[in-house]
Amino acid sequence: MSQETEIPELGFLGLARYAWRQLTSMRTALILLMLMGVAAIPGSLIPQRITNPMAVRDFITQNPALSLWYDRLSLFDVYGSPWFSAIYILLFISLIGCVLPRSLEHFKAMRAQPPATPKNLARLEEYQKFDTDSQVLDRASTWFKQHRFRVLNEGQSLSAEKGYLRETGNLLFHLSLILILIGVSFGSLFGMKGDAIVNVGERFINVPTSYDTLSFGKLTGEKSLTPFQIHVDKFVAQYDPATNAPKDYTAWVTVTNDGVTRKETIKVNEPLTFGNTRVYLQANGYSPVVTVRDSKGDVAFQGPVPFLPQDGNLRSIGAIKVPDAIPQVGFVGSFVPTNSRSAGQGAISIFPELLDPKLLFSVWKGNLGLDSGVPQSVYRLDTTKLTKVGLGSVKPGETFTYPEGSITLETVVPWINLQVVEDPGKKYALVGGIVAVLGLLSSLYGRRRRIWIRVTSDGVEVAGLAKNGAPGLEAEIKNFLAALKGEK
Amino acid sequence: MQTTWAYTSNYFVYSAMALFTISFIAHAFETAFAVRAPEVADATQGNLLVKTLDYKRTEKTARIATAMMILGFLLLLAGVICRGISAKHVPWGNMYEFSITGALAFTGAYLAALRKYDLRWLGVFVSFSVLITLGTAITLLYRNSAPLVPALKSTWLVIHVTSAIISGGVFLLANVVAASYLYLERVESRGPRPAWLQRVPSLEVLDQLSYRLVAFVFPLWTFAVIAGAIWAESAWGRYWGWDPKETWAFITWVAYAAYLHARVTVGWRGRRAAWLCIFAGSTFLFNYVYVNVWGTGKHTYSGL
Repeated sequence: MSQETEIPELGFLGLARYAWRQLTSMRTALILLMLMGVAAIPGSLIPQRITNPMAVRDFITQNPALSLWYDRLSLFDVYGSPWFSAIYILLFISLIGCVLPRSLEHFKAMRAQPPATPKNLARLEEYQKFDTDSQVLDRASTWFKQHRFRVLNEGQSLSAEKGYLRETGNLLFHLSLILILIGVSFGSLFGMKGDAIVNVGERFINVPTSYDTLSFGKLTGEKSLTPFQIHVDKFVAQYDPATNAPKDYTAWVTVTNDGVTRKETIKVNEPLTFGNTRVYLQANGYSPVVTVRDSKGDVAFQGPVPFLPQDGNLRSIGAIKVPDAIPQVGFVGSFVPTNSRSAGQGAISIFPELLDPKLLFSVWKGNLGLDSGVPQSVYRLDTTKLTKVGLGSVKPGETFTYPEGSITLETVVPWINLQVVEDPGKKYALVGGIVAVLGLLSSLYGRRRRIWIRVTSDGVEVAGLAKNGAPGLEAEIKNFLAALKGEK
Repeated sequence: MQTTWAYTSNYFVYSAMALFTISFIAHAFETAFAVRAPEVADATQGNLLVKTLDYKRTEKTARIATAMMILGFLLLLAGVICRGISAKHVPWGNMYEFSITGALAFTGAYLAALRKYDLRWLGVFVSFSVLITLGTAITLLYRNSAPLVPALKSTWLVIHVTSAIISGGVFLLANVVAASYLYLERVESRGPRPAWLQRVPSLEVLDQLSYRLVAFVFPLWTFAVIAGAIWAESAWGRYWGWDPKETWAFITWVAYAAYLHARVTVGWRGRRAAWLCIFAGSTFLFNYVYVNVWGTGKHTYSGL
């Protein structure tokens, strides 16, 4: 029972050294690399909060029990989860531990002389022997210089080496991955992202209250917002009449920044740029412009109300809330730009442009609950405590009257969703990406090889060695020999 | 709107399919009829008759097979170009267009490799898989030629998708080679190769070849991913967002990176390397099929 196995004392330092060696070993790096690939998979199969928060919400309502476990395991936030972070942080530590010593070694090797000519050249690749002549070493030396070999002159022999670019590229590639990671983390710590719906004819001012959603990186805040204003002058969406698919979206805007006002356009692939901040055109829809009057005929509300598109033909839903009417009224509505009817669904839209717009709604009265402190969606109206007082539809210019008042659809304006993104880290990631490709190219296509030439009493010997069995040595030595024999 | 160009493109694709069919039959015929039963006296090993391959007899068929493949490639190229003209954009706006261009890239990769290596034994597989791809494309995936949705209107469409298609073609070729390796290894472990397999190069050559293909095209795939990120930055407001397509492109990249490390640094060869290669290639295929057909995310456009 009391027999204990003798464990050689490692000590803390020894243990740390052992752990470090294990972590930076190639095998560990390889396992971590594969693990990262595997760990990325669930995020593409399970809806993710960062890409599709709506789908996550639907999933949770449909599978509440399972979702609890998913949430505990961060499966709705795979790419920010502790386990995913653990894998890539370990991988990058392992990478640094592997690449930095190798970089030092390589730096030394690049400044060192090529190794001495081996004694027995005949055992090497592409061995050749021919009659000597007095100037052969001079010619060899010139040829090496022309072809940018590094040469060690040993009197009777030359040892030449070329192709350090292979390892240089390899190291650059791995270092650039670290740069990309720095760029990504920098962007997420100091960046911001926000969305704002802006009606055509309205102005967007870059302050927190203008946004519908807004999020900042951990190390930044509201003060970082670039001061600019965007007035949306006009927006045109073109659709293909045959397929109803969108062909082009263009927004014409007037931008004010640093006291300078200028006209610009925003398109899907052409955002506006203010330093590290860019403004994208991400979505569009329609805002019915309505006037709501109370029973005395006084205007209780007037203005555009953005409706949310539900399909490719922009059938949209929304809510109009009129807290200033007495009693308070609200409308649960659906808007169709090109009206038609289907047996199953009622009103549908058959084209995304405003060919035959129509607003359909039910009218509700009662306390809208806007002062209750419970946040409400602007697109939905909670009708559980309200009474329905009417059901109607209007086309532009038409008025619908109900006992408590009336609603007029004046006109319809488009809205656009401006997405504002600030990412100060992306330039580092871009540089990292470019260096990564260049590094890869030179590391995968580069060939490290050595060529030796020695003059002996009975002739000239030439031989070579290609590292990693790289092809092309044979042709190179052939060229070399041709130059030596003056055939060039 | 369906234009004359689109119809012309369809005719070209159908004709190319006919030629690939002939090429497939010729390749199969060549392999089958090159087998020669020995003269009874000379070549017995134990009780077994050792059959040999005699390609002299089928050289003409082999030439026909390759010629048909080249012609099919040219017709398919014409089909892809006409499709592009009809739609007024590079022909990879939807999955049909992506498939025919992918089949073109795959055939191109094979024909280009054929100039350097004697790969005619692969012809049966190549012509067959191209036929399957084109067949699925034109029956299941066909969509009328249409203008691009605004998000695709960018120079990056050409750069990003071209590099992704070429990488895919070469990755799949490497996969076919690695699969042949695994199959042959099993065959060889049970005894000498049957006659119809004698044409296929040695295991060592296959092993090297699949590595060379991957090493050759890995930088291009890296570039395709980075070009995609640059495009995403200007179209979607972020360069990387773990969209399903992006995630799987990343997984493919990681898998091939692991494969290259396993070979170069750890020294994996043979069966293990071949399996890893096939796994990496499958992630690419999965990305292509799953994410386009069933997936959600920003890479799905206008019904495939």
